[in-house]
Parts: sequence; C-alpha cells; structure tokens
Amino acid sequence: MTASAAGSMDRPLTGAMRPDGRPLGLAEYEASGGYAALRQALGGMRPADLIQRVKDSGLRGRGGAGFPTGMKWGFVPQGEKARRPTYLLVNADELEPGTFKDRYLLEGNPHLLIEGVVLSAYAIQADVAYIFVRRAYQRATEILARAMEEARGVGFLGANILGSGYGLKLHLHASAGRYMCGEETALTNALEGKRATPRTKPPFPPVVGLWGRPTIVNNVETLCNVPAIVRHGAEWFRGLSSSEDGGTKLYGVSGRVRRPGLWELPMGTTIREVLKTHAGGMRDGVGFRGLLPGGASTDFLVADHMDVKLDFASVQAAGSRLGTGTMIVLDDQTCPVGMVHNLIRFFAQESCGWCTPCRDGLPWLEAILAALEAGDGREEEIAILEQHCRLLGPGNTFCALAPGAVEPLQSALKYFRDDFTRHVREKRCPWRA
Amino acid sequence: MGDVIHPAHVARLGPEETREIAAALERAERPEAAYLDALKIVQRHRRWVSDEALRALAAHLQVAPERLESLATFYNLIFRRPVGRHVILLCDSVACWMLGEENLREHLRARLGIGYGETTADDRFTLLPVPCLGACDHAPAAWIDGDLHGDLTEEKLDTILEAHA
Repeated sequence: MTASAAGSMDRPLTGAMRPDGRPLGLAEYEASGGYAALRQALGGMRPADLIQRVKDSGLRGRGGAGFPTGMKWGFVPQGEKARRPTYLLVNADELEPGTFKDRYLLEGNPHLLIEGVVLSAYAIQADVAYIFVRRAYQRATEILARAMEEARGVGFLGANILGSGYGLKLHLHASAGRYMCGEETALTNALEGKRATPRTKPPFPPVVGLWGRPTIVNNVETLCNVPAIVRHGAEWFRGLSSSEDGGTKLYGVSGRVRRPGLWELPMGTTIREVLKTHAGGMRDGVGFRGLLPGGASTDFLVADHMDVKLDFASVQAAGSRLGTGTMIVLDDQTCPVGMVHNLIRFFAQESCGWCTPCRDGLPWLEAILAALEAGDGREEEIAILEQHCRLLGPGNTFCALAPGAVEPLQSALKYFRDDFTRHVREKRCPWRA
Repeated sequence: MGDVIHPAHVARLGPEETREIAAALERAERPEAAYLDALKIVQRHRRWVSDEALRALAAHLQVAPERLESLATFYNLIFRRPVGRHVILLCDSVACWMLGEENLREHLRARLGIGYGETTADDRFTLLPVPCLGACDHAPAAWIDGDLHGDLTEEKLDTILEAHA
C-alpha cells in the first residue's frame, strides 16, 4: 500500500492503517476517531435517517455488482409485522481471481469493519450478523476474532450497545473454500450448513434470507465505508469521488507491472493513473496488451481505454465492468489464450453444478481452450467458443457465475482474435517453446 | 496376532473432537449451522475425513452420513482422501499462473516427485492446487500449513519446505 500525501480524511478506508501492516488495535482505532460514528448513531440517530444518509452518499456495493447500498437496506421490511430476527451477512469470501482488497482491510483495520457492521445492522434493525470469511484468510480470521473480543469487552457488541437498548449478536464463520459462496444466496445456504448452491429469486434475501428471515448481504469494503459516511455526511462522501458514485475505491493491480499493489483513490480515477502513476507501468522489456479491470469475471479492456474512469458507469460504457476494482494486466509475454484457459478452468472447477449450462458448458469451453493451447484446436471450435459466450450469458443460467466466466472469453475473442487463429494455424501455442 | 487397526478406522470420535464439536454446536444458532465446523474439527484431528470418520461424525450428530457427505464433497478444503503431514496449496489462479506457478509446480515435481493431488512416499508432503489466495500483488503464492507465502521463487520455496520436517 502506498500512502498518499493526503490525510486520513481523504482515505476513509485505509487512512488510519499502520504503515507496518499490523492490525490496528481497539485503542489505536479509537484514537483515530474510531467508534465515534457508533456513539453518534446510537446516541440519537433514527435507523431510517441512517439509511437515508447512506442513500444520499451514493455508496454502491464494492463486491462486484455495484448495487446501491442504501436502496438495498430499504428493502428490509420494518415495523411490528416484520418477521424477526433480521440478519446482516458480511461477505468476506473474497475468491475472485485477481482480487485482494478485502483481505487488506480485514488484516489492517478489523475494527473499521466491526463498526461498519454494527452501524449497518442498526440501520436495518438486524438482530444477528455473520462475518463469512473464506478458509484461506486464516490470518484475517484470527485478527477479526481478537478484534471482536475487544469490541465485546467494551460493549460495542452484544446486548444494549452503549446503553442504547439496541443489541447485536455477531458470529464469525470460517468457510471451507468454494468460489460459489460469494454469491449472496449461496452464501446463505452455506451458513445453513448446506452446499453453497444459489437460490431462486424471488423471493429476494431482504425479505426471505437466512433461515427464511429478512437478510442483507454486504461486501467488506462496502461496510468499511459506513462509519465515515455517518461521521462526515453524505455530501463529504460524494466529494471524495471524481464520478457519480460516491467515495473512494481500493484499486489493485497485479501482473507484470513495476509495483503490483493496492491504493485507495477517488472513485473514478482513470486506468492510466492507477496503472502508470501508482503501479509504475509495465516492467522493463514487457509490453502492455490489455487488462481485466475488476477481477476474473470482467471483460478485457485494451490500450484505447487508458483514459476510462474506473467507476461503475464509465467502465460499463467502455464494454466491461468495474467488478472488484482490482485489475489483472495481460502483457505481451503471456499468451491470451492461455490466460483465458486458466480463467475458464477456474470457473469450470468452481461451478456448483446446480444448472446445466454452467455445469456442462464451462468444462466444454475448458476442453476447447486446452486443445488450442496443446496445438490440437480446430478453426470451427472458435465458433463454438463464441456461441457459448451467448448460451452462457445473462438470462440463461441460475446465477451470475457463468455469465461472468464468459466475459473475459468473449472480449478476448474480440481483441485477441488473431492469437486464437494463430494457435490453430501453427498447431501450437506460440508462447511455448 | 490380529490385524493392525489404523486409528482412522475406529468408528468413534475422540474426547477432544467430541468436546470441540460440542462447543461448536453451543455457539451455533441451529445445529446444522455447525456441521461444516464439525467436519473441520474432525479433519484437524485426523488430517483428512475418512469414510469411517464421516460415519462416526454422522452418528454423533444424529444425521444421515449423506448429509455430511454433501458438504464434504462440496468444499475444496475438506479432504476426503489421505494427505501428508504438510499440505502445500499452490495458487494456480490467473496472476500466479502468469508469474510462474507452472515453474514452481515443475520444480516441486523434480524435487519431491509429486504433482497435484499426490503425496510423497514418506508421507511428508501433499501438493494441491488452490484457487486465488488473494495475494496477487505477491504472486506467485502458496499456502502451507496455514501460512501464506508470497513472491515465491524456487529457492524461497526450497527454504520454506526445509522448515517442514
């Protein structure tokens, strides 16, 4: 993480973090202004006002889909007739290849998440919350468990928080590894001790979720924004951004760049600035070919897109998705077909098998791409790849896994078409000796 | 002299396992919410979940073995086949693949004689692929006995393995 010249006010997610990467303890967090928002909210803000403030802030979900957070919260039925308990589930199942932002937040400032959870739970009047952490984030899990103990010890969690009459029970669930758990209804099934397959929608989780009760699922980075929004207001949060979407964003870069890493920058920072200024551009002797802007399930963008702003609407207008905001760079020493093969292999393996197009379609694509890489590909199979990008697209599958999986493939066929045909023509992968 | 019975074949949970499972059930909102935790507890004590251990756990939880099997076969990190004393989980997702995962895999084959899904003859190491470890800025990465290692080279990997007897 590169510290910017600006103070912590400009970087609500990372500004208070220690430079040595050790987690911020409770005392340090409070010294940086931590839990002030919680005192403020529980000291007299109505839950509906809190939801309104988050709506006004323009905060959109940071897990990949970008749904407006305040609007989602507003779907939870309230009042005496509402079924209880209500749940808040924190999606810390970060398993999108190329994505490493939530781990950074969990390990660096666990109390920021906990404060965000309590505030958000209060807003939707949740009684119980779960933090769902992937198994491989063992260090993050241990750090969170300690922070939760600290928070319980001083009454920021549990019954009657800060004497407000509001209480929240917070569970920490360590999963056992599966990409599907990141889908909100699959995550819900996983918490119920079932296979993490997605559920039919409707009914939607805010009405029928965990154990059949109203449930909101939010990403880690999303919730980490909430304390600062409560404290400094919606206007201030919008002012951090250089786009329509409020706030900052944790942008990441991996691949053959000079300085792979993660930076908290104004939402809407351009690809050029993230890639050149912060990641330092390509390594010496390595050329740029393209990038996936927000994880494995986003469409490639290329050199023409350097000035695209990394916000939800701008990236969509350029033909891709902001996704998780952590980009994977394709260089000229890496085979684009091999890269897409790696991605499709991942999605084929991680498909839960619940619906046929995904379960059978992705392994077929994987086999074709493997054959191309091995020099056994045929020209007509490229058409089969194209056909599947449509057949596995939105509307044909039970959840977003397969439509996401074909995004890098369909865009690779558009931008790197020659590389596919070269594999057929030369009967080998040109990048392999 | 009778047959030697491997501990994993004894169809009963140990006192430690039983105690830890009771604690997990106590914490859970509903018993089924603790099923995965129970499988993880059994695996922690036995390295992997054998058919016998799975049946013993099912009997203990008073559920059908198939109910637990549905979980055990779904989650990547519940092992239904034996593993060695140390499990090397090498990330094979996109950033690590680009930055040398195949070389590391070949290096391990040369050094330990095992590929993905295999265990060394002395039972010391099992090598498995693992999806993205969220360490893409330090690719290539591996997760060995619960510790994350990034910016791996063949030499660095050798040093790490030497520390695992």
